[in-house]
Amino acid sequence: MEKRYETVFILTPVLSEDQAKEAAKKFKKTITDLGGKIVNEENWGLRKLAYPIQKKTTGFYHLMEFAGEGQDIINSLEVTYKRDERILRFLTVALDKHAAAYADKRKGLVSEGKTKKKEAVNS
Amino acid sequence: MATPKDIRYLNPPTAEVKKKKYCRFQKSGIKYIDYKDPDFLLKFVNEQGKLLPRRLTGTSLKFQRKVAQAVKRARHLSLMPYVADLLK
Repeated sequence: MEKRYETVFILTPVLSEDQAKEAAKKFKKTITDLGGKIVNEENWGLRKLAYPIQKKTTGFYHLMEFAGEGQDIINSLEVTYKRDERILRFLTVALDKHAAAYADKRKGLVSEGKTKKKEAVNS
Repeated sequence: MATPKDIRYLNPPTAEVKKKKYCRFQKSGIKYIDYKDPDFLLKFVNEQGKLLPRRLTGTSLKFQRKVAQAVKRARHLSLMPYVADLLK
């Protein structure tokens, strides 16, 4: 059965915005290459860390929600994370049914917020 | 006959009506506690960033475990501190 996962990673602030996006694209590709389907993507931008990691006090946060089957996706995704020096921290969790419902709701809220912002820009 | 109502005290007895604690998750129907929302999780830790016991927050055991899990995930992602001083 297909399961839903959510992964958050923190990229080093040494990168530029574009480089960070590039890196995020790379991880997205690792997921899709192994047959995972991206459900949702969020870019939280440069955020302050609660405590320093590798002597950095800020980091680019990215969230990806995907659906996939089998352990292979998670294993190779985490190996890719570990091999990449740009990654400060990562966390991958499986979503249970309540979490999935929450994620769907959140996705709705986020996209609504975006459209509202866009409307504000237009008007 | 002096009924209990008629008795007047010099110092009014401090009637401490204890509010019954309740689990806010069960009451408001929250089923999933998000680790990505540190502002919300801040309600369940003390000033040092330590988890508050159930005895203080009134959270049910089922949700206390979920709160703990969420706080630990948030700490890992540096959304919340492991140790802090004057968090609030």
